[in-house]
Amino acid sequence: MSLLPNAAVLLGKELRTEFRSRELLTTTVVFILIVLVLFSFTFTPTSDESRRFGPGLLWLAFLFAASLMLQPCFLREQQNDTLSALRLSVSDPFAIFLAKLAANTLFLLLTELLLLPFFALMYNVPVVPVLHWIIMVLFLGSLGISIVGTALSAISAQARMRELLLPLLMLPLLTPVLAASMEVTKGLFDRAPFVQWKGVGFLAVFDLVFLTALWLFGEYLLEE
Amino acid sequence: MTPPAFSPAGLRFENIEKRYGALHALRRLSFAIAAGECVVFAGRNGSGKTTLLRVAARLVRPSGGVLIFPGESGAADIAPIRPGFVAHATMVYDELTAEENLMLFARLQGMAQAENRVNDLLKEVGLSDRGASLVRTFSRGMRQRVAIARALLHEPSVLLLDEPATGLDPQGVAWLATTIRRLRDSGRTILMSLHGESEISSLGTRAIRLDAGSIVADTRTGATFRHILTFAGA
Amino acid sequence: MGKNIVAAVCVFVLLGAAAYASFFIAPTDAKQGLIYRILFLHVASAWTGLTAFFICFVANLLYVWRRQPRWDWLGVSGGEVGLAFTTVVLVTGPIWAHPVWGIWWTWDARLTSTFVLWLLYASYLLLRTLIEEPDRRALLSALFGIFAFLDVPLVFGSIRWWRTQHPQPVVMGGPGSGLDPTMYKVLFFSWFAMLALMTLLLRQRYRLEAMRGEFETAQQEMETA
Repeated sequence: MSLLPNAAVLLGKELRTEFRSRELLTTTVVFILIVLVLFSFTFTPTSDESRRFGPGLLWLAFLFAASLMLQPCFLREQQNDTLSALRLSVSDPFAIFLAKLAANTLFLLLTELLLLPFFALMYNVPVVPVLHWIIMVLFLGSLGISIVGTALSAISAQARMRELLLPLLMLPLLTPVLAASMEVTKGLFDRAPFVQWKGVGFLAVFDLVFLTALWLFGEYLLEE
Repeated sequence: MTPPAFSPAGLRFENIEKRYGALHALRRLSFAIAAGECVVFAGRNGSGKTTLLRVAARLVRPSGGVLIFPGESGAADIAPIRPGFVAHATMVYDELTAEENLMLFARLQGMAQAENRVNDLLKEVGLSDRGASLVRTFSRGMRQRVAIARALLHEPSVLLLDEPATGLDPQGVAWLATTIRRLRDSGRTILMSLHGESEISSLGTRAIRLDAGSIVADTRTGATFRHILTFAGA
Repeated sequence: MGKNIVAAVCVFVLLGAAAYASFFIAPTDAKQGLIYRILFLHVASAWTGLTAFFICFVANLLYVWRRQPRWDWLGVSGGEVGLAFTTVVLVTGPIWAHPVWGIWWTWDARLTSTFVLWLLYASYLLLRTLIEEPDRRALLSALFGIFAFLDVPLVFGSIRWWRTQHPQPVVMGGPGSGLDPTMYKVLFFSWFAMLALMTLLLRQRYRLEAMRGEFETAQQEMETA
């Protein structure tokens, strides 16, 4: 089955391209930083208040950042019509999506991990004791955001007003991810941290549902 | 002379139709191209040349009709014919080097000995010394060479060229003509869309004129080459 | 033409009967008085909206599979009609909440989920306006429509589990407050009447879209001839 090898090769390309220029990563990191600072104006970041509002703000920041970061995903393939070259070369078009969503998940995760210490410091929330659980929820949430965002960026790339359209399409669809991720993160930031397994399970289900949907319908998103 | 690494193939359009909404890009086209033919498609902008080639490349899904590559058995173990496609856009990544681009597409197509193949091709198109340069730094002529190298990676028996001489200087056109002649003489089936008479068009063994999505003239049915290429009517 | 008028009359008779039932047949509620009767409109609209969205979903699937324009026409009709009914839900919520609780809006599970649902399908319709070419528009909006409907249970589930922790006013009473059997009958009858209205609206909207589609085709054919 050449799906996974194809996806791996394409993932390599996505990573090589991004790490060469680092433009997506740097702009996303700076954006989230700005959002975090601005959010701090909305309430007093004492330890208690941060535990209440912090998770929500954190995930909102990630969502907004993702809706910007995912714009170029398919747009840059339109530049030299490299999308056609990919479609001609791979046996299963899902490989293209798999590679892109894996790359996007990785980029999102990287920016989130980079910003976690800033968040912990700025908002007085201890993250080190529960770091591995936080990474788990960051991964599951980012995966959901990437799956949906990658699919929708293929749609918005073919429409007008695409810069506004992608957030418009993504944000309502991702409210379950926001709700669940927030909840699990809140549990982890609690004075007596605990893992909200219901939320973790829910995120896994969300990811599975949309990955399957993308697998079933992906080729139509790329059709001409 | 070494035998070709591909098996010659023709293709057949049967009632191929393509509508974009109410716009009829291709109207029930039916024609056959024999293996080894070098066909020039002429026509004004919007006559359907690009759509025809993209349908043949299987990039565009026709609204109706069937595309057949005779000789394709359709059995599960034999891969369907994949034409090589060169468009006006280069279809390569500016942020990667020529070598990285070709390696990418070679590995995607599951080629064994990808590196050797890529090096051979770079030599064939005269870009061996620029293999490690980013495509972004290339001139239009050089980009066209990378595009052609990409199309030839899998040794296709059918080549589709959409206005390949666009933007090339006389030197580039001369190189392109030589390359196409060599490909034609090796037995490949070539379909090219062109605007008018040129060094490239004279390589064709057959010409077809399209207008508003239909075939209006074909050298196979008596029209002359010159007439098709210089048709200046509605 | 005659069939249309008969159909419309039937629907309005049904709606009238449902309204009558809501006011005079359903027993009074001790606590809330008159205003609770808006529940029959509110809940029936919610169910009808979801039914319309389900029709949209099925039409979307059929379009992706068959590529016949009529599934696209049915899809957009389902989306628009569903959005209209969902708007009724969002409007009747505050109308009920204000006299009973003194506040206009409450982020209870159902209202919040309905709001997200509304946004999902507003996006669906907006997407359609931003793609000009009809076949592309039909395909891409159908694909988004499929994603949107798959999201609906996830939206409702996640909001119900995690957005209703602290005690807060719940529109129309929470799961604890049961409905009297007569009330259930009135509710289901209201839903039936709403479904009739939905069918009528769907047919009208579908016909409009079909006419528009055929007009565009004829226009283009004339231009290129």
